[in-house]
Amino acid sequence: MKESDFKDSETLKLFKKEGGNVLLSTIDSLINWGRSNSIWPLTFATSCCGIEMMAAGASRHDFARFGIEVYRASPRQADVIVVAGTITHKMVPVLKRLYDQMADPKYVIAMGACAISGGPFFYNSYHVIKGVDHVIPVDVYIPGCPPRPEALLYGVMQLQRKIKLDTIGKNIQIHTGL
Amino acid sequence: MTEETITGQLEEQEFSINMGPQHPSTHGVLRMILKLKGETVEEVKPQLGYIHRGIEKMCEKLTYAQTIHLTDRLDYMSAHILNEAVCLTVENALEVEIPEHIQYIRTIMDELNRIASHQLWWSAFGMDLGALTTFFYGLRDREKILDIFEETCGARLLLSYNVPGGLMFDIHPNFQKRVKEFITYFRKKLPEYDALLTGNPILQARTKGVGMLTREQAIAYGVSGPSGRGSGFSCDVRKHQPYSAYSKVGFKEILYNEGDSFARYKVRMDEMWESMSIIEQLIDNIPEGNHAVKMKAIIKLPAGEYYQRVEAARGEFGVFVVSDGNKMPYRMKFRSPNFSNLAAINTMASGQKIADLIAIGGSLDFVIPDMDR
Repeated sequence: MKESDFKDSETLKLFKKEGGNVLLSTIDSLINWGRSNSIWPLTFATSCCGIEMMAAGASRHDFARFGIEVYRASPRQADVIVVAGTITHKMVPVLKRLYDQMADPKYVIAMGACAISGGPFFYNSYHVIKGVDHVIPVDVYIPGCPPRPEALLYGVMQLQRKIKLDTIGKNIQIHTGL
Repeated sequence: MTEETITGQLEEQEFSINMGPQHPSTHGVLRMILKLKGETVEEVKPQLGYIHRGIEKMCEKLTYAQTIHLTDRLDYMSAHILNEAVCLTVENALEVEIPEHIQYIRTIMDELNRIASHQLWWSAFGMDLGALTTFFYGLRDREKILDIFEETCGARLLLSYNVPGGLMFDIHPNFQKRVKEFITYFRKKLPEYDALLTGNPILQARTKGVGMLTREQAIAYGVSGPSGRGSGFSCDVRKHQPYSAYSKVGFKEILYNEGDSFARYKVRMDEMWESMSIIEQLIDNIPEGNHAVKMKAIIKLPAGEYYQRVEAARGEFGVFVVSDGNKMPYRMKFRSPNFSNLAAINTMASGQKIADLIAIGGSLDFVIPDMDR
């Protein structure tokens, strides 16, 4: 995709640093190139969005093309956690613990309406957390119920663009509310 | 210390191991507390509630047409069948006559959904046992069905194609052509599945004689669907209490009497053939007609209790509605197949090795949101 085809480029511009040390910038670009092209996701799916995440990893959509190569079952080997599905109050401590166990730099993709805001369970519910960003900082939001695999691919590409703006020593993490 | 005492000590020790909720082989967020003696499973205690979304309670604040969209999210692998269960409940309560045109399309979509579900089960089952290849083969063919769904109703996974009184819109002009193309395609591809996995000695060694469930136990626990039929329990709702167009087609209820994981595997593989033959019988004979019966804008069920059961991909799914005459149900209870199937896991897995528990869980084909509801 061309740069102009991406949406929401304004947020990324906020993080763009102009100038800087020539040596550091070169190392930065090398490291970011490596990081952004080998993001390993955690096998974490709670409900319907997980099926679309599996479809994105399978034959037709094959998001290994973008460097999301293997699903890791252990959070210690994963770089990105794709929160695919509803997070209930009982699940929150588990999710937080999984996130804490992941090694830095770590990224979070909130996939689907439930992870973004509670989705169809927003009204009249006593059990669902209204957005996963109440618990862990989210980098990319992918709307849909469930989002198509293509939407997940787009979200992953947006995450890669964001990783490419990283600098050594300071991780960019968009926290809630920014 | 002699060698005997060392082994003696090891055998005496009993471990309590936590498995899940984040575990790749539980297909979601099921948590099981295992009591182990060495590598042998003594007891399995499933802990539920990690994806309890209170759908039954939420249905009490929604109109009947709205509850359909929540049933999608129960067992998302057989979304269309679950939609149909709610629609049939409402239609039976209001005594609405459903034309054959709608019945035929519903049945075809049901069976397509069942094939798609079994394909994903086959992919995941192979993956549970360490055969990653099946994942790519199964989902390759599943995408073809999703294309048909998408062309017809715009959604890939959660269809919401049924509405009380019919369908949301009529089928796409290409529907029949695409379905027939798929059947010819999949009839060639299904033997490939057998060649890849069924005859594999590793699969047979890991599933034959593993996770035994007798017919009596299956009935006692209410295990239904392919898992129950693998134990010789004739429980196909399509056969015993036909709904939609199932009474108009001839098909065989697949029964295996072995009761092990391999029998459950075989039931699902054979069901895919049966589903294809059901579709073939119907696809050329869809009668002309309107895609929906005219219903009132606000649907109110007469006060009373209504129950309707359908055969979802994992077993018998029931909808129980208590109505007090309002536009919203007073109580809506779902009888989900996975919850009952899970109940049998302790009987099946105790005495087996811990690695066999994965094979047993895979052969039961769990969908966790369906259990917790």
